[in-house]
Amino acid sequence: MSDTERKYYHSVRLDRDKCKGCINCIKGCPTEAIRVRDGKAKIIKERCIDCGECIRVCPYHAKSAVTERLDDIFNYRYKVAIPAPTLYGQFNNLKDINLILTGLKYLGFDDVYEVAKATEAITAYTKQLMEEGKLKRPVINSACPTVVRLISVRFPNLINHVLPLISPMETAAKVARQEAVRKTGFKPSEIGVFFISPCAAKATAVRNPLGSSVPLVDGVLSVKEVYLKLLPILGKIEKVEDLSTCAFAGVRWAASGGEASALDSEKYVAVDGIDNVVRLLEEIEDDEKIDVDFIEALACTGGCVGGPLTVDNTFVAKTKIKKLANELMKKGQKPVMIPIDNEELKWDNPVTYRNVLNLDDDISVAMQKMERMQEIYENLPQLDCGSCGAPSCKSLAEDIVRGFATETDCIYKLREKVRELARQMVALEEEMPGSFKTDDREYYER
Amino acid sequence: MAEKTINLHYTIDGNNFTTAGQASSNIKKVLKQLGVYPEAIRKAAISMYEGEINTIIHGKGGEANVAISPETITIVFTDNGPGISDIDKAMQEGFSTATDEARELGFGAGMGLPNMKKYSDSMTIESQVGKGTTVTMIIKLN
Repeated sequence: MSDTERKYYHSVRLDRDKCKGCINCIKGCPTEAIRVRDGKAKIIKERCIDCGECIRVCPYHAKSAVTERLDDIFNYRYKVAIPAPTLYGQFNNLKDINLILTGLKYLGFDDVYEVAKATEAITAYTKQLMEEGKLKRPVINSACPTVVRLISVRFPNLINHVLPLISPMETAAKVARQEAVRKTGFKPSEIGVFFISPCAAKATAVRNPLGSSVPLVDGVLSVKEVYLKLLPILGKIEKVEDLSTCAFAGVRWAASGGEASALDSEKYVAVDGIDNVVRLLEEIEDDEKIDVDFIEALACTGGCVGGPLTVDNTFVAKTKIKKLANELMKKGQKPVMIPIDNEELKWDNPVTYRNVLNLDDDISVAMQKMERMQEIYENLPQLDCGSCGAPSCKSLAEDIVRGFATETDCIYKLREKVRELARQMVALEEEMPGSFKTDDREYYER
Repeated sequence: MAEKTINLHYTIDGNNFTTAGQASSNIKKVLKQLGVYPEAIRKAAISMYEGEINTIIHGKGGEANVAISPETITIVFTDNGPGISDIDKAMQEGFSTATDEARELGFGAGMGLPNMKKYSDSMTIESQVGKGTTVTMIIKLN
């Protein structure tokens, strides 16, 4: 894979056979990254932020996320599962997280390392950085890769507000690999660290990591797949191993508000759902008087429990996460500080602004295109019907000036042209060639 | 040859507070499409947003006209509101004619006009009491 391919790599994919070419996904895409061409949905790779909205809305299940499969873990000598706490919220009446973790070992993993545990280190360091005044207020969380990618393509002035730390997944992966090497004496490359993910965006981390110069996980499995494999074996587990050491605060990260509430600050906002995130970020960009210390922005409704690769209903899962966290709190399970230096939590490859919207690199040319775009838009029906394959009349106008579409892609424009043509044909039908015409002018000899 | 400009026009409804920020959002998108650098987008967004709020709260509605050339962004807010009797005073940070109730709601910090001045490269205010106010802001693009 080349550097450019890697840079624009995203995990959302289309199954051409299932796609009917309807317009559900183009309408729901927050970055207008999908067009329908040749009767199939196509993703503009520079714009896709892997939010997974299209996976959710597609009525034909033609969209999916590229993930590794459980069989892939066997390519490694020693296999470690790092489950997102979201996984715990998928099971009904789960009394003990250890049951799930033991189940993962039954599936073939040699060890498990909870991502929930890694959150404690990030919370502690975030607090420290905020107290030292080293971060630009309001600080925006970096745990949701979709939000970070959204900011990198749409909010150039908020990039320096993003918490410059790797996510709990990457933190857990680092420590899990180190511990596995220490335990087994194997080479780091012989250890396979697999994240169990609720979302498409995390699946991208294997090939196109955010903030980190190298991928820290070897593979990403979907919560869906792991859930299906776990269900039949959970009842057969004879001895539940004591593996879970995470505390309530880490488990709560699975749902909206979890990360923010762990910071012990009252001045935080927890926003979830991509449209809500966009709206809030727009306001933050415009109004510097908004008095907030921390913004926890999660692209999926409800937080990670609402991820497109989960199984259970978002709101039901949220309640289960809350219950599990409360039980851990009652038990008095203390948070464990995992062995990692603050320096290792820092981004070593900062995320920067990528302008994917500009019409041309030369501003004068961009202005000419903009002017043409406005003229074209004025002439379009402005119904945003989507039949042209673009999500709105504005985006069709944009596609036309970029040279990717023509005005007659618009079904109304096409109809206008056909009607005009028909009118001209009727008018022509009245006409006769000269040699057939009656002409009894005096001009001619009788 | 005359310099190319993009002209944008926005009507600001004085009775609808929820529309505040719409013109600003739209300008941000246009500037990104033109490839304008982020700092200038930020200046334009904040100036535009504060202007929208002022036009709604004090001007009872009005309009905004934005002209973008390769060198400058010119933003003109016009309203037919009560006008400003003492412009120098209005420009002071913290000065506000907002009622105590509005302040309790977080408005009227007296930072609207000062922020508009701070984030634009030049700002002029013309105002006639009883007739209205015109605020012109220029942001340089180079």
